[in-house]
Amino acid sequence: MPEPKGWKELPIGGIIDSPGSARDLETGAWRARRPIVDKDKCTSCLQCWMFCPDMAVVVQADKMRGFDLYHCKGCGICAKICPADAIAMVAEAEAGTEGEGG
Amino acid sequence: MVTQTETPTRLTLRELAKKPDRLTSGHRMCPGCAAPLVVKQVLMAIDEPVVVVCATGCLEVATTIFPQTAWNVPFIHNAFENAAATASGVEAAYRSLVRQGKIEDDNTRIVVFGGDGSSYDIGLQSLSGAMERGHRLLYVCYDNNAYMNTGIQRSSATPVGANTTTSPVGKVQAGKKGARKDLTAIMAAHGIPYVAQASPHNWRDLMQKVRKATAIDGPSFINVLASCNRGWRHDPADTIEIQRLGVDSCLWPLYEVEDGVYRVTYRPKVKVPVSDYLASQGRFGHLLQPANQYIIEALQADVDRRWERLLRMAGEV
Ligand SMILES: Cc1ncc(C[n+]2csc(CCOP(=O)(O)OP(=O)(O)O)c2C)c(N)n1
Ligand code: SF4
Ligand code: SF4
Repeated sequence: MPEPKGWKELPIGGIIDSPGSARDLETGAWRARRPIVDKDKCTSCLQCWMFCPDMAVVVQADKMRGFDLYHCKGCGICAKICPADAIAMVAEAEAGTEGEGG
Repeated sequence: MVTQTETPTRLTLRELAKKPDRLTSGHRMCPGCAAPLVVKQVLMAIDEPVVVVCATGCLEVATTIFPQTAWNVPFIHNAFENAAATASGVEAAYRSLVRQGKIEDDNTRIVVFGGDGSSYDIGLQSLSGAMERGHRLLYVCYDNNAYMNTGIQRSSATPVGANTTTSPVGKVQAGKKGARKDLTAIMAAHGIPYVAQASPHNWRDLMQKVRKATAIDGPSFINVLASCNRGWRHDPADTIEIQRLGVDSCLWPLYEVEDGVYRVTYRPKVKVPVSDYLASQGRFGHLLQPANQYIIEALQADVDRRWERLLRMAGEV
């Protein structure tokens, strides 16, 4: 969160002048179950990327690279939609550091 | 100067994944909500610059929590009932500034998002007015079948029998009484150039419709089924499968009306019984009891009748 401003410094009319700034919020803290991808099974078909409502599937150079765990809310859509059955949902308490750092 | 996009981004997942997010992570919509998925797909279909206008509702509230915003494009929210009127003003101002030479015409597309509460009910007159006046804008209704942001109150889009906080299940009634309003048909009756129905589980169909709509120099309307797992009562992971059942049961047919000509854009190979769709969601759980069987039968008959009529209008029977 940015530093709170006094009312005199606030833009008039509720204008927000920082596009995409919601990214600062760690919605990943809501997650109860963590998606874990089995890279041997994943074919990078990118279905999970298309159906993630939180833009939390990371794609680089046409490849599925894992999850943005800072934002993933753990809904489980990606695991359900995956045609290769490559994504497992694991209880957050048991996930440890798995899937972190891509 | 009018700069037409030379080659539109191909509708393949690989090409689309290269585009920057126009709605970003960090929005506060519930896990598994279909509304941000609808926005993602609609805005990804458009290569041109966009201005987004949003009615009050979950989408607006949860994406613009001050001092942050999840919108990566120009965005304006005014009130619950006047998103289409606000968008009309944006469009008129844009045209005027271009005419005066103050800005360049860069083919900016104006896209409005409203829930069913704002589109079917409280903002219907401003929506109707904007369509009738012929503003060049695309209005997208994300129809989650109730007023979700204020706690699942029934709207005129709520299906018969659905349990909501203002159409509860009890001794007197078994959920919502009466059929839902057909807003897509009402929009088609305006005689505007483009009207369609879509669902994000069929992303290519949805995105093709958005492309058609935004290419038209006039008003267009797309009604998109959008599950709210809090209100519909299902596992958030099942959002896509449930949307598919809605379409495969013909309860939510995918079709378009282009200059008055009807076309069914997807015909299910197997028409799934409506009861499969109902059984997938807790809001309809009580309908599965034998005493309420008659409600399911009446709904199935209604769905069949509407589907047959649509096929006739599309010249498919
Ligand atoms: C004139 C007015 N009446 C009531 C409200 C309170 N209100 C805020 S959001 C909302 C529900 C919106 O429902 P819908 O359009 O279906 O969108 P959803 O929340 O389901 O996405 C209501 C009733 C308001 N903001 N303005
Ligand atoms: S669990 Fe949900 S939020 Fe997380 S990556 Fe999968 S689809 Fe996205
Ligand atoms: S309450 Fe429903 S519509 Fe609102 S954000 Fe949650 S899932 Fe989406």
